[in-house]
Amino acid sequence: MIQPVLQTHSLVKHFGRVVALDHCEFELRAGEILAIIGDNGAGKSTLIKIISGALKPDDGQIFLNGEQVHFASPLEARKAGIETVYQSLALSPALSIADNMFLGREQRKKGWLGSIFRLLDHAGMAQSARDKLSALGLMTIQNIGQAVETLSGGQRQGIAVARAVAFKSQVVIMDEPTAALGVKESRRVLELIREVKASGLPIVLISHNMPHVFEVADRIHIHRLGRRLCVIDPQEYSMSDAVAFMTGAKEPPLMPNDS
Amino acid sequence: MPPQSDPQNFAKTTGGADEAVVEFDDQKHGFVTGLQHRLHQTPAAVPLIVLILSIVIFGLFLGAKFFAPFALTLILQQVAIVGIVAAAQSLVILTAGIDLSVGAIMVFSSVIMGQFTFRYGMPAEFAIACGLAAGMLMGAVNGVLVAFMRLPPFIVTLGTWQIFLAANFLYSANETIRSQDIAEKAAALQFFGEKFEIGGAVFTYGVVAMLLIVAVLTYALKHTAWGRHVYAVGDDPEAAELAGVRTKRVLVSIYVLAGLICAFAGWVLIGRIGSVSPTSGQLANIESITAVVIGGISLFGGRGSILGSLFGALIVGVFSLGLRMVGTDPQWTFLLIGMLIIFAVTVDQWIRKVSA
Repeated sequence: MIQPVLQTHSLVKHFGRVVALDHCEFELRAGEILAIIGDNGAGKSTLIKIISGALKPDDGQIFLNGEQVHFASPLEARKAGIETVYQSLALSPALSIADNMFLGREQRKKGWLGSIFRLLDHAGMAQSARDKLSALGLMTIQNIGQAVETLSGGQRQGIAVARAVAFKSQVVIMDEPTAALGVKESRRVLELIREVKASGLPIVLISHNMPHVFEVADRIHIHRLGRRLCVIDPQEYSMSDAVAFMTGAKEPPLMPNDS
Repeated sequence: MPPQSDPQNFAKTTGGADEAVVEFDDQKHGFVTGLQHRLHQTPAAVPLIVLILSIVIFGLFLGAKFFAPFALTLILQQVAIVGIVAAAQSLVILTAGIDLSVGAIMVFSSVIMGQFTFRYGMPAEFAIACGLAAGMLMGAVNGVLVAFMRLPPFIVTLGTWQIFLAANFLYSANETIRSQDIAEKAAALQFFGEKFEIGGAVFTYGVVAMLLIVAVLTYALKHTAWGRHVYAVGDDPEAAELAGVRTKRVLVSIYVLAGLICAFAGWVLIGRIGSVSPTSGQLANIESITAVVIGGISLFGGRGSILGSLFGALIVGVFSLGLRMVGTDPQWTFLLIGMLIIFAVTVDQWIRKVSA
């Protein structure tokens, strides 16, 4: 069997007396789009927050490319190559597109201007931001120095996705990328998700939108009562099946690789 | 599968209509939105225009008396201290905070510089360094309370303003150090009061210091990662944190730097008034906030430039000197400045509404 890119084993997380994760398994394979669906309160966000370093599990392990990892902060997870596109996008509206893409990892000029005067390499970052956006087919945006707040919702999502894939990432987590968007912009973002997949990056997609999930996902992880209920192939099941598994109205298929 | 083709078709049919609406909007508001966008990119443009207009208008009324190098540089001398404190205030306001303790830090630091020299007989240069360090320490208290205790900056600095000011009076025992004594024994304290002349224009080193501080801060805010982080923190702290900015560190650095600049203003203050007086600079906090607001820095954080607050300070300077030369009641200055503040905030609100 091929090594999964990201895997968790028996994650447990309590919030007081509430059990958010109850020995939860998770597996993301290379180059795939894995959707996570589940009812509200099923523990999806807790799982995602643990994977992206925002929360620490009470018990259990996380493996990235087969090696066990421990993240104390989102910054550490990001350094290890796990990028998250938050539902809020985490963009600074008044800053430019280029500034936003490099926020927190700015590049300085080479030589003494950079080391002593800390001069930023504005031109280099603008060029690189432009390249990254074009690579994702997003260069309908004219001016890279434009403030992000002047962009539409879909364009902002595009910037956030481009930032997530720009820096040698290994896994991209997208939290509800189409929730705030109109029909047409959702379409653009779904195409964008496919572009990212085509570039070879595996994606974890959290979404409430069943048609979107069934359209792009390779596999669907169904979360229920703090654990993975099953993983289904969207080709073999219908949306109403998925909803029935999610809510407990129907027995899930047996999982051969879940011990 | 049937479900996945549905949204696609729907999108294709509505796509054309969407674009048409957007284009229509653009044409309709072309000029006004263009102006809005330009002001959005260069927020210091509004105060600069107001500054030039006010100089021209007073110049027309008062003629050569006002338009002379001497009068214009007199304005610079008069705003030097407010200008420096406003630079510190701008930094804090850019992070969506406010610093009411700037005046107290300035006065207390100047008192420390004076008392360390005269009470303990330290060399003036060393006492100055102690005063600057004290300013940083006071700024650090503000910064830690704001960043780590998560208290609102207004409340924190309302408290520290009283604390620093009371400490200043208690420590100095309300005692003023006379100008002659300083000139005799510790001339370094009055360094920034020294004047030099270039063709009728009179400058003090204090004016040069103000311009240098503004230049350095403009560079740091625009061309270093730290500067970008300051704007990001002021804009949306949660987003900045998630994007990998260490927001607490940035906040503390801002308050420490503001404290240092205020202490520096305290040194310049000694040069300006000659003596070291614990009762001086009482209005510095209100005057600095006025300069910052007129200078187009948004009180909601993340927008504006230090250059703007320099223009803001100069506008106040031009109004005060101009109206005094005209010979009106000085209350007219406050009346006009009050109107300018409201105008500036209105413009800021309008610029913030900019969108695609």
